Amino acid sequence: MRKTLALLVMIAAAAACGPDEAGTPEMLRLMAHDSFAGSVNEETFAAFTDATGIEVEIIAAGDAGSMVNQAALSKDNPLADVLFGVDDTFLSRALDEEIFVEHVSPALEGVGDEFIPETALVTPIDYGDVCINYDKSWFADAGTPVPIELDQLREPGYAGALTVEHPATSSPGLAFVLATIDEYGEGAWLEFWSDLESGGVGVVPDWDTAYYSDFTQYGGDSPMVVSYASSPPAEVIFATEPIDEAPTGVVEAGCYRQIEYAGILAGTDYPEAAGQLIDFMLSVEFQETVPLTWFVFPVNESAELPPEFVENITIPADPARLDPATIAENRDRWIDEWVAVMER
Amino acid sequence: MKPIRWGHLSVAAVPALFIGYFFVYPLVRILTLGLSELNIGFDGVEARLFQIGWFTLWQAVLSTVLTLLAAAPMTWAVSQYEFRGRKLATALVTVPFVLPTVVVGAAFVALGWRDSIGAILAAHVFFNIAVVIRTVGALWSRIDPDLHDAGRVLGASEWKVFRTVTLPLLRPAIAAAAAIVFLFTFTSFGVVLILGGVRYATLEVEIYRQAVTLFDLPLAAALAIVQLVGVTATLYAYSRYQERHTSTWALRAEGDRPKPEGRALLLVPVSVIGTLIALAIPVIVLFARSLRGAAYAGLVREDPVVGTPLSSASNSLRFAVIASVIAVLIGLMAASVVTEGKGTLSRWFDLTLMLPLGTSAVTIGFGFIVALGEPVDLRASFWLIPIAHALVAIPFVVRTTVPTLRSIPAETREAARVLGASPGRVWREIDLPIVSRAALVGAAFAFVISLGEFGATSFIARPATATMPVMIVRLLSRPGAGSFAMALALAVILAAMTVVIVLWIDRLQFGEIGTF
Repeated sequence: MRKTLALLVMIAAAAACGPDEAGTPEMLRLMAHDSFAGSVNEETFAAFTDATGIEVEIIAAGDAGSMVNQAALSKDNPLADVLFGVDDTFLSRALDEEIFVEHVSPALEGVGDEFIPETALVTPIDYGDVCINYDKSWFADAGTPVPIELDQLREPGYAGALTVEHPATSSPGLAFVLATIDEYGEGAWLEFWSDLESGGVGVVPDWDTAYYSDFTQYGGDSPMVVSYASSPPAEVIFATEPIDEAPTGVVEAGCYRQIEYAGILAGTDYPEAAGQLIDFMLSVEFQETVPLTWFVFPVNESAELPPEFVENITIPADPARLDPATIAENRDRWIDEWVAVMER
Repeated sequence: MKPIRWGHLSVAAVPALFIGYFFVYPLVRILTLGLSELNIGFDGVEARLFQIGWFTLWQAVLSTVLTLLAAAPMTWAVSQYEFRGRKLATALVTVPFVLPTVVVGAAFVALGWRDSIGAILAAHVFFNIAVVIRTVGALWSRIDPDLHDAGRVLGASEWKVFRTVTLPLLRPAIAAAAAIVFLFTFTSFGVVLILGGVRYATLEVEIYRQAVTLFDLPLAAALAIVQLVGVTATLYAYSRYQERHTSTWALRAEGDRPKPEGRALLLVPVSVIGTLIALAIPVIVLFARSLRGAAYAGLVREDPVVGTPLSSASNSLRFAVIASVIAVLIGLMAASVVTEGKGTLSRWFDLTLMLPLGTSAVTIGFGFIVALGEPVDLRASFWLIPIAHALVAIPFVVRTTVPTLRSIPAETREAARVLGASPGRVWREIDLPIVSRAALVGAAFAFVISLGEFGATSFIARPATATMPVMIVRLLSRPGAGSFAMALALAVILAAMTVVIVLWIDRLQFGEIGTF
């Protein structure tokens, strides 16, 4: 009996020690949405592994919404140590579910104030602007001026030339709707959409369909689609034959700024190492790989942008942004109201 | 009292545990979690939900009927006649099955087929026609031609023989194919999103919207239950029907088919070529657009962002081999249990096996996250992907083999037993030779399902290894004419690979017992 008891005490003691929290793990798991997970290669985290001896395993978790849901459903026994890729539109949901623990990165000093959130639960990593893209040769051939403000889109000629993504199934689609809410305010944004609807605006479920099926650039009927400010440089980098100038451009009105954050998942055994990984993601070294890997901008002001990225880029002067809490409070209603206007 | 047959019980236990742990348990966990927070004030949403449910149902019924009709000529031709290219033609029809929805959607849109119910129905026929051709064809080719000839000799017209002899014999396979097509179209997601425009939504689309975009897990769970009830009711009706209408005609081994002659000389090529041309239109659009630039050369080059695109082929093949081995083993065990068992328990067992086909991918994906963390954390494991694929493929193996197994007269097995054969030997020497063809059809389906699967696995947390459909979607999710052409080129290669593999599986025999 006594022997058994002694054994139990030993087991309990061993269990209490568990993973060595002060020590470093061999591997950290980084959960990310597919578009990030798909663009990471072995070299992305090589410098981190060299410096710390910790390998980074990437776990792909669908789109951003699906990822936040997966993190929320697994918060008692997390799937990963760090989550990356939650943006303003999904941030409140993640915070409500209390899936993160706080981390204040020393590297935040190099990050502009406009990117730093009110909470220490998440750390900004990159940002990108959702903007209308236009087909340069279509506008040149038609002799139509490229619109410079949102109001012009109300005219049937322009409205019928635009395709947007559905805000309920697409993240750039939602971002563009938010840009119109920011521009016109609660009272008037639906009138704008009502005009677009009568003008024959196209609505498709996702970015792929808008860009590769509807855009005149790819054989569709729409010379304008909602895409990203970084799409024109991507057109140059991923062209079939080498080209110098992007065939597409960015309409500077109606842009919406999305910031992507990373956070340490509550319940990780290695909060310290997880913090190191986030610090690494803010380092100049990592931040400089951001533009050409997944076509967003680094938040670290010291990071230099690669020349092929800068040449064709338009950075909108004053992109729209809404407070995450406001978005969380109203998103469902806004989408419902939008649907009511667009699907009648 | 009957003695308990332990051997039988252990054969039943494997599929029961597999389905139980990887399907029923995660499903129950996620639904109870969702419903525990449910306080539906269905204020005003009932009308919309009713409208969605109604649309989901009627488009699925119509899609199923259209698929059956569209498949009929080709099924008849390839199962009744021998001609050059017959096997190739049968392999070609499975191509749509592996093409990612987004790619086919792009082809349909390029043809101007979109924003209409017609486009949705056409796409459903395009994707599912192989199910009917292969499932029904497998049985039709084994119906003894003497029955047909006897009818003709006795003076019945061709049509009358078909209606009174052939059709009743084919009913189990037609019902099986119809059930599968119905489940696929009832839970249609990508096709409806891309081709339906903003006006059409199925329950599956609404579940995604509620769960993923609006974070309303309770309402999503409630909708998933509505969907499950619809699926279960259909399956129940189907299994009742199948029990009542199964005949145990002695099927022949797949014999020599005659060469077409007389009217068939014209009708066979018209049926086959007509079907293939109709199916080829979207694929040709794809192929033409993949020829821009050096898209094919790009597939073997290291891309700075996504790696070497073609390397995804080996990931796909690995998953597909594992998934089809699991599906065939478990599917055959399950099929023999379903065939031998009579009564309620067996019927519900059969029905549960089919349910993964008709269950929302979001629900199952999130169910995995909630349920499979303990005792072994499988949630981000390599194995979860082939397991998820096998869940969808098992019903195919069961549905293709059960009609054949049921057609074996009980007396044949009993005779063998009386002669002293063990149950294992009875199965090996009687069931297996007869069922092997049908099992290979099931295996081919399992393989192509795994090769083409994208929707379900995108809701599973998984290692970042890309399969071909995942790579195609990755390429399509970044701008650039090169990315676009490469994505389509990879889709064309996936299609070509599918044809080669299906042809190869069709040639496989279980040793020498495939024919007798």
